[in-house]
Amino acid sequence: MSVAHDVLFRTLADPTRRALFERLCREGEKTVGALTERAGVSQPVVSKHLGILKQAGLVRDRPDGRQTHYSAQLSALAPLIDWTSQMAGFWETKFDALEDLLKRMDQ
Amino acid sequence: MTAASETRSVVVEREIAHPPEKLWRALTQPHLIEEWLMKNDFKPRVGHSFKLRGEWGGVLDCEVLEVEPNRQLSYTWDFKHEDAAYNLTSIVTFTLTPTPAGTHLRMEQAGFRPDQKQAFGGAHAGWKSFFEKLDHLLARAGA
Repeated sequence: MSVAHDVLFRTLADPTRRALFERLCREGEKTVGALTERAGVSQPVVSKHLGILKQAGLVRDRPDGRQTHYSAQLSALAPLIDWTSQMAGFWETKFDALEDLLKRMDQ
Repeated sequence: MTAASETRSVVVEREIAHPPEKLWRALTQPHLIEEWLMKNDFKPRVGHSFKLRGEWGGVLDCEVLEVEPNRQLSYTWDFKHEDAAYNLTSIVTFTLTPTPAGTHLRMEQAGFRPDQKQAFGGAHAGWKSFFEKLDHLLARAGA
C-alpha cells in the first residue's frame, strides 16, 4: 500500500475523526464550535482531530475573523476511490431503477 | 505492458423476476431506457450511433456493437473529458439468461485504464454508499 494510502487510512481509521470528516462532506463548511456541538467530545479534542485531518489534506481551514471554518477536501480521497467499485455502484443504482420500471410495465 | 493489462472491467449481475423478452424491451426501447438509465436516441441496430445524456449534463458517445434479441446487447460507452484522467473508452455488454424465476442479467463494462481516477457519475452513488464502501475498505485494510 502506498504512503498516500497509509496516511489516509490511518487518519480515517479513528471513528471520531471520520465522523467529523463525514459531517463536513455531507453538510459543508463548519466552524470548530458548530462541529463540537454534535461531536460528543470537547472543543480542544475536535481541534486536534481537525489538525490531523488537515495534515492529511482531508480538510482545509479558512480563517474568518475570530472564527475558523473547516471544509472537506474530497480530492484528497482520490487515491482511495476505486473507480471499479464506483462504477459498480452506478450500475447497481441503475438496476434498482430497471427493476422498478419492470414492475410498472406489468400494470 | 500488454493491452489486456491496461484495461479492467466491472461486472454487475442480478436475478430479475421478469422474463428475458420483457427485460429486452426495457434495454432496447428508448422511452423505457430513459426511465431507468438515461435520455437517449438508441436504436437496436448494429452500427447505430447514439448518445446517452446524463442528468448531470454529461453526454456519452455510444455505438451499437451487438444485438441478439432477448440474449445479448452490446454498445460502446465513451466519455470525452478535457482532463485525460476522466476520459473513458469502454464497452458495455448486457447478457440475459433465462432462469426458472425470470432472467439472470449480467452487465460487464470493459475497457477502462487502470489510472482512471474517477468514473463519471460516481457522485450519484451517494455519500451513504460511498462511506459504506469506505468502511469495507478500512475493514479489509485492517487499519
